[in-house]
Amino acid sequence: MEIKHLTCIECPMGCALEAGVEDGRAVYVKGNSCPRGKMYAENEVVCPMRVITSSVRAADGRMISVKTSAPVKKSEMLEVMKKINAVHPEGRVRLGDVLAAGIADGADLVATDDSPL
Amino acid sequence: MKTENAIVIIGGGPAGLAAAVQAYDSGARDILILEREPRLGGILNQCIHNGFGLTRFKESLTGPEYARRFERAVRERNIRAMTDTTVLSLTRDRQVTAVNAAEGAFTVRAGAVILAMGCRERSRGALNVPGTRPAGIYSAGTAQKYVNLKGYLPGKEVVILGSGDIGLIMARRMTLEGAKVRAVCEIMPYSSGLKRNIVQCLDDFGIPLYLNHTITKIEGEKRVTGVVVSEVDGNKRPIPGTEMHFDCDTVLFSVGLIPENELTKSAGIPLCAGTRGAAVYQNRETEAPGIFACGNVLQVHDLVDFVSEEAEIAGRAAAEFVSGGAGERDAADCVNGKNVSYVLPQKIDKNLRGDVKLFFRVTGTFRNCTVLAESGGKILAGRKRRIAVPGEMETLLLPAEKLKEIEGELVVRLEEESWK
Ligand SMILES: Cc1cc2nc3c(=O)[nH]c(=O)nc-3n(C[C@H](O)[C@H](O)[C@H](O)COP(=O)(O)OP(=O)(O)OC[C@H]3O[C@@H](n4cnc5c(N)ncnc54)[C@H](O)[C@@H]3O)c2cc1C
Ligand code: SF4
Repeated sequence: MEIKHLTCIECPMGCALEAGVEDGRAVYVKGNSCPRGKMYAENEVVCPMRVITSSVRAADGRMISVKTSAPVKKSEMLEVMKKINAVHPEGRVRLGDVLAAGIADGADLVATDDSPL
Repeated sequence: MKTENAIVIIGGGPAGLAAAVQAYDSGARDILILEREPRLGGILNQCIHNGFGLTRFKESLTGPEYARRFERAVRERNIRAMTDTTVLSLTRDRQVTAVNAAEGAFTVRAGAVILAMGCRERSRGALNVPGTRPAGIYSAGTAQKYVNLKGYLPGKEVVILGSGDIGLIMARRMTLEGAKVRAVCEIMPYSSGLKRNIVQCLDDFGIPLYLNHTITKIEGEKRVTGVVVSEVDGNKRPIPGTEMHFDCDTVLFSVGLIPENELTKSAGIPLCAGTRGAAVYQNRETEAPGIFACGNVLQVHDLVDFVSEEAEIAGRAAAEFVSGGAGERDAADCVNGKNVSYVLPQKIDKNLRGDVKLFFRVTGTFRNCTVLAESGGKILAGRKRRIAVPGEMETLLLPAEKLKEIEGELVVRLEEESWK
């Protein structure tokens, strides 16, 4: 069994976690102060996922902040960034608008701000 | 232009917005927010990453999403906000002078004032890094504005000095946009940034963090071409022979924030050395009656959730002040003791109602410790902590019924062994 040390990032506590990994699966998790820490470690040793936040240039030249609606594979972040940077929304954008559906597995690209008036 | 307002709020960032909403919800109607920028929301507008609102909304919002929630709450209540309007001066008797293009300079007499001007970044000038002064040197916040709001990447190869949260966030942001971040150097033996940011912004991308290191030379004529980084000793002096060289075209400074208190000083309100903000009572009233302060202008917060909470205290108190004036005070000093660098509030009025949440920072990293508040040899509040670090603000709740037990001053300290 391999022992992995992680820092839980689900909340600012940043608990130091220890996970025992066998066949790519967590068999135990220690150091978590709540169930989210256990889940974090279990996912993190298999396939770490991250929400990407960025900003894209609208057709009128102004920047709009965006995020992926769900976490994407950490290993694919730079790939997804390329797709994000090719998105140039037209017209007025509102917070929550989907700017590109299915930008990654199970995730859309959504606006996180209204376009300035 | 109306020249009298019940409550004038200086600054329309998260602190100013939350204070306005709470003042309204506490019964005040005549409220005016003055904001220097074209848009409400403060610095959150450029903080496009997520992690905001975890405590308050139990979800991970981006900065703009968090800001828009409060901006909407302000609009729903028809609270008046003037943007592109800079406050120039404030007097102790609450005359607020501001300027904008439409009105020119104007003065408003306020029943109560809430200071919510936020903070600014420490500059490289304050740091004395030897070497040339080429282009390519930015504060992390300026770089954040360029990348996120203007869509312009300030450089391709980056070294970051200081491991504050904004620097960490920018390490990831610039990496995602295709830059190579060579190193983050931190002169202290610990990072002042949140753990989560170290993991997600540095570890995720294999960016090295050099603790006990600083930049000792910046090279380049017109543009930065490289830096020399050295290890420092216990007195923060570079150790000869430890020099490392990094090629880079950009240096970012993320070396801390300073509350923006020029107006506070001009009103003759005393500042506290530990926070560099006004000294306040638990209702966030300063030494000047009817002038309140909240958010980063009062103490540099790491979490905007705490900013909103503090702003609500100030908003409620300002509404009470304009409706009924102030009662008689029975004040006690609240001071930092062992292993604690500052405590807020600096003064406790024993006549005020309600629990008091003490905010403070510790001076180092402590494990299995206890934070406690003591007065006249009696412990009035205490809490065990598995870990306490300088980068994350600590809190301790002093229950309302304990206020009367304060004798002389209240001391907040951290004990290293588990207490009790
Ligand atoms: C560059 C930078 C990046 C940051 N990034 C993060 C982050 O990623 N995560 C995080 O949790 N915290 C971050 N912070 C801390 C952040 O400032 C706080 O979480 C929060 O925004 C503080 O709210 P505030 O309302 O007190 O201050 P601010 O958001 O700074 O708002 C203050 C407002 O007051 C206005 N103002 C100032 N002076 C005047 C005047 N004289 N007249 C009129 N208006 C005035 C300013 O224009 C501004 O809009 C960052 C801070 C900075 C400086
Ligand atoms: S284990 Fe729970 S308390 Fe600890 S950091 Fe993770 S989410 Fe926070």
